[in-house]
Amino acid sequence: MGLDRRALLTGLSAALLAPRHARAETVTDGAGRAVLVPGKVERVFPAGPPAAIFLYTLAPQLLLGWPRANRVEEREFLLPDVGARPEVGRITGRGSTANLEVVLALKPDLILDVGSVNPTYISLAERVQQQTSIPYALLDGRFDGTAQAYRTLGALTGQREQGEDFARITDETVSAITGRIATIPKSSRPRVYYARGPRGLETGLGGSINVETIELLAQNVAGETRGGLATVSIEQVLLWNPDVIVTIDRDFSASVRSDPAWAPVKAVREGRVHLSPKLPFGWVDFPPCVNRLIGLRWLAKILYPELFPEDMRAATRDFYTRFYHVTPSDPQIDRVLAGRD
Amino acid sequence: MTRPFFPGLAIALAVLLLGLIVAFTIGRYPVSLSELLDVLAARLTGRPSSAPPAVENVVLLVRGPRVVAAVLVGGALAVAGTAFQGLFRNPLVSPDILGASSGAALGAVLGIFFSLGVVGIEGLAFVGGLAAVAAVYVIGSLLQSRDPILVLVLTGVVVGALLGAGVGLVKYLADPYNQLPAMTFWLLGSLASTTVADLLPLTGPVALGTVVLVALRWRLNVMSLPEDEARALGVATGPLRIAIVTAATLVTSASVATSGIIGWVGLVVPHLARALVGPDFPKLIPTAALLGGGYLLFIDTLARTAAPVEIPLGILTAVIGTPFFIWLLAGMQKTWS
Repeated sequence: MGLDRRALLTGLSAALLAPRHARAETVTDGAGRAVLVPGKVERVFPAGPPAAIFLYTLAPQLLLGWPRANRVEEREFLLPDVGARPEVGRITGRGSTANLEVVLALKPDLILDVGSVNPTYISLAERVQQQTSIPYALLDGRFDGTAQAYRTLGALTGQREQGEDFARITDETVSAITGRIATIPKSSRPRVYYARGPRGLETGLGGSINVETIELLAQNVAGETRGGLATVSIEQVLLWNPDVIVTIDRDFSASVRSDPAWAPVKAVREGRVHLSPKLPFGWVDFPPCVNRLIGLRWLAKILYPELFPEDMRAATRDFYTRFYHVTPSDPQIDRVLAGRD
Repeated sequence: MTRPFFPGLAIALAVLLLGLIVAFTIGRYPVSLSELLDVLAARLTGRPSSAPPAVENVVLLVRGPRVVAAVLVGGALAVAGTAFQGLFRNPLVSPDILGASSGAALGAVLGIFFSLGVVGIEGLAFVGGLAAVAAVYVIGSLLQSRDPILVLVLTGVVVGALLGAGVGLVKYLADPYNQLPAMTFWLLGSLASTTVADLLPLTGPVALGTVVLVALRWRLNVMSLPEDEARALGVATGPLRIAIVTAATLVTSASVATSGIIGWVGLVVPHLARALVGPDFPKLIPTAALLGGGYLLFIDTLARTAAPVEIPLGILTAVIGTPFFIWLLAGMQKTWS
């Protein structure tokens, strides 16, 4: 009985609150759910890091706070007042750190989640929306869904034009890069090993969100097995004998060049081990968001140096200015490109 | 009940030798038997090998250290488990009963949380294991009781639970994209990243602890008697218990720091050894050491060859260990005591 009464109360409160949104239109989110567009959107709660970055790029002033506070060296590349906004926790992913009462106290007009669209996250979105009566939009966080996510977010926040602009830039950037290598058949593209962890033995399997951009441009040596992140042995890497190694771990990238066990690997012998830039957000992998767009250009350049002769600095400056709203200085860009943190 | 020593010891040795041959000859990277022998012979005689450099690399720098580490870790956990099962007079005790694994786990996840290098993570894990057991021992000794063994075990359980909560807290606070997967992989146990450089910090403590336990093998028989009977035989149970716990903790912490958490070996192998040579510690300890090394070697070979992706050791030891342990339980009355 108690449960029924609670369900009834929730239903009633939703019905009572509904008139506030009565005139508002609905937008179909990444999960195919109809989300009411709030009359005014001034405060948006990001459910996780990808949502925070998406929102920051499109409409920084709407961002209530960050799932984790930004470190000083990250804030250098963000608008000072927005980059310093407080830590508010996350609702999505493995275990929430945000308290729903705190979420309510922050009075957001919209909760935004960008990431996997599957029954787990759809039910989470439905439940939080029921409990808080705040519209909860779930957008597809896959790399090829970036443009669509911008359009949907633009519609949700009443900034359709800007959303369309970002969607267009995204599409143009991706097609300009993939177009240049379109004539290279899949089988003759470089074979890339993606290395994570201090020993470089964690990798992203085929179709995992961690290697989306690598698989878009090249062959992932671990791609035959589908899945997420996994550990492999050095023997397996020696057998794969990748042409290029891309890593996000500074310790590994420093040690691999002198580690005798890795010496026979083609990528190590030919000096093609590359450390991914990570300021203010990682370029290849985490968080899986629009930061991977500049990463795609970087990957293209290290994979096909002769096809992409352009200077990375100019592209980095343009991307940071447009998406992060701060123009970095030359020394700052050098620091980013060196993969420092 | 006494059983003949040498047939049992010979079986354990055979298991280890067979394990060594299997582990060296199979792997993801194809190495033929002739290439393997050539590389090993070249290494021993100092002449240059005729095998391709990549093969030489796999045998000496990748597969070799891993095989050695599997033998050392398996043997160490089995010896520590054997000593603890005797000391605590309980067949369900494993080497982590006093919190060594939980302490090492907390040390390792903190190392990953603060983005330390491999040496830092392994060092913190080792220190964490030692510190946890030291804390358990001090707390357990301060609590006055007529049954110090029971108090010690219970203190180990509750401190282990507290450290487990600490691991949970660090995982909760960790970066979900980068650190959390690394922590999860570490807690599941693996020898995938073993290098030659890992062998020294592993071998030192393991050798030291094992030598102490082997030296105390006769006393362990006495320590497995009830407390008052042991005292009646003129044994200073207090200092002896500290020595045994210290030695077992040293080998357990060094193993866990290298390999991550690997359960079951320290629980199952002592029972298997007891089934072979009976409960007499002078026979039991060497047999358990050989068997443990062979057992983990077989499991690690499976972990690295079954799929392109590594299968975590903690999962394999549990999947293989559980039915095996139930089978052992069925016949345990015959061999325990």
